[in-house]
Amino acid sequence: MSNRSTSTTKGPASMELRILAPTGALGAGFDADAFRRGVEARPHVIACDAGSTDSGPAALGSGTPKLSAQAVARDLRLLLKARAELNVPLIIGSCGTSGRDVGVDEVAALTRRIADEENLYFKLALIYSDQPADRLQHLYDADRIRPLANAPQIDRELFERSHTVAMMGVEPLQEALDDGCDVILAGRASDTALFAALPHLRGADPGLAWHLAKTIECGAACAVPPSANGLLATLRDDHFDVTTLADGTRLTPRSVAAHTLYENADPFHIAEPSGVLDTTDATYEAVDEQTVRVRGARYLPADGYTNKLEGAELVGYQTVIIGGVRDRVVIDALPKLLPFAQQYFDAKILDVFGGEVDPATIDIDYRLYGGGAVLAGPEPEPLQPRELGVLITVTAPDQATAHAIATFVAHASSHLPIPEYDGLVSTLAYPYSPPETDRGPLYRFTLNHVATEVTPTELFRTTTEEL
Amino acid sequence: MATLLDHCSLVRSKNAGPFTLTFDFMCHDQAAYDALVATGFLNASLFASLYDTDPDRILVVNHPRALAVKVSLPRPTVQGDLHDTDCYAGQQYAPLMDMELPPAP
Repeated sequence: MSNRSTSTTKGPASMELRILAPTGALGAGFDADAFRRGVEARPHVIACDAGSTDSGPAALGSGTPKLSAQAVARDLRLLLKARAELNVPLIIGSCGTSGRDVGVDEVAALTRRIADEENLYFKLALIYSDQPADRLQHLYDADRIRPLANAPQIDRELFERSHTVAMMGVEPLQEALDDGCDVILAGRASDTALFAALPHLRGADPGLAWHLAKTIECGAACAVPPSANGLLATLRDDHFDVTTLADGTRLTPRSVAAHTLYENADPFHIAEPSGVLDTTDATYEAVDEQTVRVRGARYLPADGYTNKLEGAELVGYQTVIIGGVRDRVVIDALPKLLPFAQQYFDAKILDVFGGEVDPATIDIDYRLYGGGAVLAGPEPEPLQPRELGVLITVTAPDQATAHAIATFVAHASSHLPIPEYDGLVSTLAYPYSPPETDRGPLYRFTLNHVATEVTPTELFRTTTEEL
Repeated sequence: MATLLDHCSLVRSKNAGPFTLTFDFMCHDQAAYDALVATGFLNASLFASLYDTDPDRILVVNHPRALAVKVSLPRPTVQGDLHDTDCYAGQQYAPLMDMELPPAP
């Protein structure tokens, strides 16, 4: 292993800013030794993201975080102690997975508890990004909500049904930094903004600052092998160096270049509230096994400032039934029998509920795992399973109705009439008793839109406190 | 005949936000990348037919420094919505990997 130098002696540099990205997500965990190496490099800021839409709409719809409070507190404790040792800002974005106000409040409660236990004293900023329905309706009426690619249709009533957050850029974070805040817990924030905020404030080249931010926002996801561990980025006048910190990991020009592909539609044009990062002409050069030097990205300011909006609404409540089939006759018959079963269930719903539940409000979904359940499009070649997994999902306006319907769906599905057989047939293997499991509410994403003609901070609300 | 998997060290599908499905085809090396790009196999009409979408809404980007081809298209079902089968879009690439590539012109 080569000397794990985190600074370079090459060339005179009038500016050097070091940024530590300890992990791709607060609560995902990271190697304490790798983090220690990052702290020893004396970063000017520690930042990490705590959220994403990638786990689906449930976190935003319900306000429940994806990762446990125990895991978040473990990571947070190490970050808060390191911040105190270095006396530099700690910025955490998209608290509680969704960045809802309740997520900020939950991470704030953990922060206060850890500060108390560890005798830490600092100025704390909480930046909230929940959007009240009447504000969104005002923007909608003024034609200031614009769709992005593949956006769903919206109407003004949607904002009352759905829970909406706005995604902040660097500016609300910079206000808190300017105000002398040591720890910033942000609601929904652009992942990159967390890392670009300080360099931007210190006058760094915006192309480099945003490209650096994009490169390290997932922690060491661009390392070989990828891991949840940290990266250190060192920003100078005309380039930045990105260095992997965990033992046994390395970076290559290609692995760093490839990170712009990850979870982006277009690797060369990455949109931010104030403009677009253009990485078309970026170059990547190996410094050593752990470090890659990056130059050449540009930042193209947008015509007007926009904040992305994210919303989720309740679809209904679900009860699921898991079963399996091994009999080849049943496997062959099942796809033909299921449409008949659906008709039977419609009649049964009217009968059981005395006409009070409209079958049109109920969704009974069969997924035949092994028979093409995973692929969104049709299988190019039909699958020939020896065993078939059957997942039945009942979605209804309330949980009790979903459960009640699932009980007769499970019963009927295990006795579907197979034309080849006489008598009462047993068609499904159920691993559980009872076979029905209530899985609670289902949410859907409602917005892929931006609010236009906004100031960079007007959709956000900051409070501060001294701990 | 060579398949996509013969050319690639990683084939991946992911969400690019809840409304967009994206594929990364990371080639073994420069030769594999050049050969894959030369075949023109990864084009909008292939993805339009596999994922039932309009070819005009499909973005195909070659990324020479990453030795990768990237394809993005509207997500067939909004992520996590009723009837979505793959919340992280993590398995949508599967039918592509064993497809045979045409010879390079």
